[in-house]
Amino acid sequence: MKPARFDYVRAQSVAEVHDLLAAEGGDASVLAGGQTLVPLLSMRMARPQVVIDIMHLVELATIALTDQTIRVGAAVRQAELLAWPELAREQPMLALALPWVGHAQTRSRGTVCGSIALADPSAELPLVMTALAGEVELSGRAGRRRVAAADFFDGLMSTARRDDELIEAVHFPRRRPGHGYAFAEFARRHGDFAIVACAAIAGADGIRLAVGGVADRPTARDFAALDGSALDDALEDFARDLEARSDLHATADYRRALVRRLGRSTIAEARRCRA
Amino acid sequence: MPRLSADRRHRIRLEVNGQPMAGEAEPRMLLTDFLRHGLGLTGTHVGCEHGVCGACTIQLDDVPVRACLALAVQADGGRLRTVEGLAPEPGRLSVLQAAFRRHHALQCGFCTAGILMSLDWYLRHNPAPDEADLREFLSGHLCRCTGYAPILDAALAAAAELRKAQGHA
Repeated sequence: MKPARFDYVRAQSVAEVHDLLAAEGGDASVLAGGQTLVPLLSMRMARPQVVIDIMHLVELATIALTDQTIRVGAAVRQAELLAWPELAREQPMLALALPWVGHAQTRSRGTVCGSIALADPSAELPLVMTALAGEVELSGRAGRRRVAAADFFDGLMSTARRDDELIEAVHFPRRRPGHGYAFAEFARRHGDFAIVACAAIAGADGIRLAVGGVADRPTARDFAALDGSALDDALEDFARDLEARSDLHATADYRRALVRRLGRSTIAEARRCRA
Repeated sequence: MPRLSADRRHRIRLEVNGQPMAGEAEPRMLLTDFLRHGLGLTGTHVGCEHGVCGACTIQLDDVPVRACLALAVQADGGRLRTVEGLAPEPGRLSVLQAAFRRHHALQCGFCTAGILMSLDWYLRHNPAPDEADLREFLSGHLCRCTGYAPILDAALAAAAELRKAQGHA
């Protein structure tokens, strides 16, 4: 339970991070809050040659509103976003989901972008990003690009980030008028990773439901404004298509049942919030 | 800061419980090990060593932090509080510590240092918590002796006493 050896750099500028990532590529790990990376280092599941600490870059520690999105910089801690006074007004789904991310004692240090970067299929923030169809802002020496959530999460704990790129910020779409947002999670204990988590958006012309903890990545589906047994059937199809896995925590059948039940109640809650 | 090489120890300077302190650490050294072995502050306990149990919780730059999820080099230049800094003077317990003793909020004591450091921070920022708030907050700690009820009682009693002391009871 002790990490293997690595060099440590406390970055002084974003340009320095880009240079190091260009030079070291996959042998470098970016260290933000460390709430996932440090245990991965301790368990030696990650063995980088160099760890690049970005938490002293004040330019990355900003929460800003753009026309369409809330832009959260790479050094913004989960507790800071949760305490941001505009949060519930600008994006209620984030305000609902953040209290489920770890515990107060890890949100104090863990970052929003770090959770997105690690792409755990049971984690809340990748799910919210997928439900809202947010974007990840990547930068490197070669330039800057934005990748949609659906393209960014490309497998089990795997993302479209290239080795020479830094996740400089993530963009969560702002609340849209006439839409309701809801989030719900089922876990054995509060603070555990979700067995199943659901995030729903209800609008005038339909519903969007995203599910985490079931497939190898968070997955969203858009439905027409269905009700009753038609909605149950649609959720059943969605649950079947997710290719649930059985593990120590729950069987695939159990996960599918949770998708139907929790999906249904989360959609109902989103509709209530819209009304 | 230049690149700190993996196979050397580097000077770490920080403030601990109001005192400037220094020690040496390889980049890979966890803050828990630095506190215990580097600085001799063994009040901070090491339980699961991957962020689940909360036994190693300290305060770093005024927020509660799992010391096993931080590297010593990350804390360089930082301001730490550990359980050794809670008592106002030798032989006297803080209000929170005294409430723990009165309410039997510890048995083996392994988890206690972490829980105290968490609650010390929480009660400063939330002087009038209700039981639900405290339960939610304490979910970040594992205690295998008490069943948590005496810890809740102690926290509520300490909160009331601290409010009284500050005159907003």
